[in-house]
Amino acid sequence: MLNSLGQTVVGDDETVDLQAEFEASSIDDVFDKLDRDLVGLVPVKTRIREIAALLLVDRLRRKFGISAETPTLHMNFTGNPGTGKTTVALRMAEILHRLGYVREGHLVSVTRDDLVGQYVGHTAPKTREVIKRAMGGVLFIDEAYYLYKPENERDYGQESIEILLQCMENNRDDLVVILAGYKDKMDRFFNSNPGMRSRVAHHLDFPDYSSTELKSIAEIMLAGQNYRLSEGAAAALEEYIPLRMKLPHFSNARSIRNALDRARLRQANRLFAGRSEKLTRLDLITIEEADIRGSRVFVEGKLDGDPVDGAVP
Amino acid sequence: MMTNPGNKVTQGQFSFLPDLTDAQISAQIKYALKNHWAVSVEYSDDPHPRNTYWEMYGNPMFDLKDPAGILMEINNCRKALPNMYIRVTAFDSSKGWEAPRMSFIVNRPPNEPGFRLLRQERDGRSQGYSIVPYATDRPEGERS
Repeated sequence: MLNSLGQTVVGDDETVDLQAEFEASSIDDVFDKLDRDLVGLVPVKTRIREIAALLLVDRLRRKFGISAETPTLHMNFTGNPGTGKTTVALRMAEILHRLGYVREGHLVSVTRDDLVGQYVGHTAPKTREVIKRAMGGVLFIDEAYYLYKPENERDYGQESIEILLQCMENNRDDLVVILAGYKDKMDRFFNSNPGMRSRVAHHLDFPDYSSTELKSIAEIMLAGQNYRLSEGAAAALEEYIPLRMKLPHFSNARSIRNALDRARLRQANRLFAGRSEKLTRLDLITIEEADIRGSRVFVEGKLDGDPVDGAVP
Repeated sequence: MMTNPGNKVTQGQFSFLPDLTDAQISAQIKYALKNHWAVSVEYSDDPHPRNTYWEMYGNPMFDLKDPAGILMEINNCRKALPNMYIRVTAFDSSKGWEAPRMSFIVNRPPNEPGFRLLRQERDGRSQGYSIVPYATDRPEGERS
C-alpha cells in the first residue's frame, strides 16, 4: 500500500519488529562506542538512549502511516569545560545519521568568530555560509552564549541569532543545531532569547567527573597513544588528580590530557638523559613514577604552566 | 522553420531535456559535491553562447556536504531574479583541470524570444553571419 508521499504503509493490523528495526539501524555500535570511550556521564548517556528510542519509535510510526511532524532535534549541551560535550556531539551526529534524521552525519564545529562578522553586512553571509556547510549534518556551536552580548547594542551577534533561528525553523529536515556552553551562561542566554529556548527541545547537562572517572579516562587516553603506567606511576596519578582538581582552571578531561602530555615530555627527557643505556620496547612505552611526580602540582601546589617565581615569564 | 521545439536556449548540460526538478538538481549537485567541486549559482539575462562570464549570485560555496544549502541559494536566486537565466556551475580546482566540470541551467525566463540572425556583406561577395539574442535588444537594466 502506498500513501500520498509514495511510501509504503503497513496495514493497521500488521505488526512491525522494533528489535529488527533497532538492529537494522546499527546504532547499537554507537552506544557501545559511547560506553567504551566515554567514562561516567550516566545522565547524558541515559538521555541519548531516550532520544534514540523516541526517534526509532517515530520511524516505526511512519511505517504505519501515522503522521507526526519531524521531531525537533535541536539540542543544548551544558557543562564545565572538558566534560566531553564535543565528543558527545560527534556521536550524536552519528546516531542521527544511522537513524536517518540527518543525511550526511558530519559535524561542523564553530564558535562566535565563525558566525559573526566584523562590519555591517558581513554577518549574514558568514552565518549563511556556515549553515550551508552544516546542512545534512550537525552544526555544533561552542560557547554559544557569546553570540548574544547585551552590553553592546551594536553587536552583530543578534543578527546571527536571528538567521540561525530562521534556519532552525525552516530547514528542520536539513540541519540539527547543538548549542554548548557553561550552564549559568547558557541559562542567561536562553532567558534573553526566548525564541531560541522554544526551538531547542533537548537540554543535556554534563556533570563534572569524579577523580576515579578521571583516572579511567587517563588510562583510556594513554592506551590510545600506546603508553602504559608503571605501578608507581598509577599510584602517583591517583594522588595527582585530587590535587589538580583543587587548583584553579581545572577543566576535567582536558587538564588530564595536558598532564599526560607533560608526563610524556618528562619521560622522553629522562630517556634522553640516560641515552648511554640500551632501551627496550617496554622502556619506550612505560611512564614511570618520576615522570608523574615531576609535576609542580606535587611540589609547590602550582600549575606546570605558571611562571616560576623570579623567573622571566 | 522551427528547429528548436519550445524555443529553449540550449547550452550547458541537460538543456535538451525538460527542465530538471528540484530533486533532479539535488542529485546532480550531490554528484558534484561527491567529487569535491565548488558549486556556485550564476545568473545572466544574455543567453548568447559566447557570453561565458555570468554574474555570481552570492559567494561560491566550498566545503559543503549536502546539496540542500545550494538548493536554498538557487531558490533564493529564483525568487530574486525570476526573469533571468540561472545556472549552476561546479568548478574543479584540482591540478590539470582548474575548470568548470559541470554547468546547467536551472531557471529560464518565462518567455524566451530566441536569436536574430545577422548577415554581413563582406569583400568578394562573401557573407558573414552572427546571432544576436532578442533578449538583449533593450539596454541593460531596462530588460526584465
